[in-house]
Amino acid sequence: MSWLVPVPIVLPLIGAALSVLVGRSRRAQRVIGVTILAALVVVAVVLVIAVDRDGTIVSRAGDWPAPLGITLVADRFAVIMLLVAAVTLLAVLVYAIGEPGAERNHVGFQSVYLVLAAGVSAAFLTGDLFDLFVAFEMMLTASYVLLTLGGRREQIRAGMTYVVISLVASVLFVTALALLYSATGTVNMADLAGRITELSPGLRSGFAVLLVVVFGIKAALFPLFFWLPDSYPTAPSPITAIFAGLLTKVGVYAIIRTQTLFFPSDSRPGTLLLVIAAATMIVGVLGAIAQDDVKRILSFTIVSQIGYMVMGLALFTIAGVAAAVYSIVHHIVVKTALFLTGGLIEHVGGSSRLTRVGGMVRTAPVLAVLFLIPALSLAGVPPFSGFVSKLALVDAGVASEEYAVVGVSLVVSLLTIFSMIRIWSGVFWNPAEDPAAVGSRAVKSPGRFGGPVFMVIPTVVLVACSLAVAIAAGPIYEFSERAAEELLNPAGYVEAVLQP
Amino acid sequence: MSVLLAFAAASLFGIGTYLILQRKLSRIIIGLGLLTHGANLLLITSGRRGDPPIIGEAGIEAFSDPLPQALALTAIVITFAVTMLLLAIAFRSWLLTDDDEVEDDVGDRAVAQGPIMSEELADQERSMGDEDESL
Repeated sequence: MSWLVPVPIVLPLIGAALSVLVGRSRRAQRVIGVTILAALVVVAVVLVIAVDRDGTIVSRAGDWPAPLGITLVADRFAVIMLLVAAVTLLAVLVYAIGEPGAERNHVGFQSVYLVLAAGVSAAFLTGDLFDLFVAFEMMLTASYVLLTLGGRREQIRAGMTYVVISLVASVLFVTALALLYSATGTVNMADLAGRITELSPGLRSGFAVLLVVVFGIKAALFPLFFWLPDSYPTAPSPITAIFAGLLTKVGVYAIIRTQTLFFPSDSRPGTLLLVIAAATMIVGVLGAIAQDDVKRILSFTIVSQIGYMVMGLALFTIAGVAAAVYSIVHHIVVKTALFLTGGLIEHVGGSSRLTRVGGMVRTAPVLAVLFLIPALSLAGVPPFSGFVSKLALVDAGVASEEYAVVGVSLVVSLLTIFSMIRIWSGVFWNPAEDPAAVGSRAVKSPGRFGGPVFMVIPTVVLVACSLAVAIAAGPIYEFSERAAEELLNPAGYVEAVLQP
Repeated sequence: MSVLLAFAAASLFGIGTYLILQRKLSRIIIGLGLLTHGANLLLITSGRRGDPPIIGEAGIEAFSDPLPQALALTAIVITFAVTMLLLAIAFRSWLLTDDDEVEDDVGDRAVAQGPIMSEELADQERSMGDEDESL
């Protein structure tokens, strides 16, 4: 089965190359893109089933034994992330094809998008800290291009901040790698997990905090989140959706992976992470309330939701980490669906500002439903998936007697509902405050589906997926629990990688 | 030698940090170049020093550690590509605004200019509208 592990990285890269070759035909590019990502979903499903049945699968490039060669590791946490990422990547690609804009106007869109897919898969599957750096760079370089595609003035402005801040994070990552290598003499993650115990506890804690900072920039943790709400909304809507759904979550994945695998329980920065988590939740949601643009409100709630995932990790209990894993799965699907709906609102209503659109519950009822379900889910209203994720987090928090952060998370849920209601009343219920400004960009009759069919279908599919995450909460949560057990007892991971 | 390299890395980090705090993108790019050089230097010093790691040249014990050098090469290539992209962004910014200054964030400007809707935002929205119509 180990031959299947590199496939999610190699397949999109081959697709990207083919896509460049057939650049003259947009139709051929689309067929390649959709086929490759559909195949990625199938591979991810097979990997999830295989890993859940047989345990961690390790692939060694060129059959070199572990600390020497490049290893790819598929454990439960990696494959569940891979599956969710593959589904959202496919849905967003179809949406981009349906939307008049970025994908139609730029030859490079499809191939860069596939490179992004390869980078995300590589970040999930790699078993080597330096390869994690390479995977991040692959993903980020693709994201720089996608963000500035078109080169409009505000994209360039946002692109500058985004590229510079990501590059600073990369410099810190290389610095952390250099220090870790000189302290331990290895960059293989499983090998590092063993050797790092030989260091003094103070040094270990220092490394733990350094890695939190490095990945905290990518994951948009407080106080390193400021670039996110500024840069994401300027990109074309499908690109904002995939960034919102995936990129920050890859940062969270890296934080969870490194903190649980490398550091024994005495040098994990639990209290620090709890404080950061609480601050991230509060600042994110307060930022969301202050905005009056759909995409900016949604961008700030990304920050706030990252806080929940970090809170689950910071407890360092099986219940807490399981809740974090479940939250990531829930959040990727729900947030991407919300941004896709936000893109539809902008397409149909002509603007994404709350004052410029209104009354869409009558003109586009389908969009109202497509917004309401993920919005209520994000806020944690039963019976949606957000409720399950928040219940699990609160339960884990109470079990660890961290009442302060539990209280904060509940208050923030309430404020999240408030920010979602502001979008709901601004876009769907109230008439536009400023009807003159609506102008000619609004689509007069959005049609029966509330927009172009290929934009609506992927959104419907993702909303259905978010409902499926809620309906199948039992099995998914049990899977998350098994993943959390693996994460908190890394002996199994280390043994699987290092055995000859 | 290691002490010298450590000092070199430290000063590269220092100058780089100063430069990325500037407002002009061209200075920031130079600053980032220096910062990445500092990080790469640190990466190179993290391995063992010694003879060239070629079998037959010297004993295995006297070899320098080739891994950090390979890692540094990879890191250099990556930062090279990203720096080119940043330069392209700076050039595009110069074409659009005759300047490569990093502007304030939309939210910051809105807050600084008082209630809700700033002129800048309105401008931006208008220019976006124009662009879409021209497509």
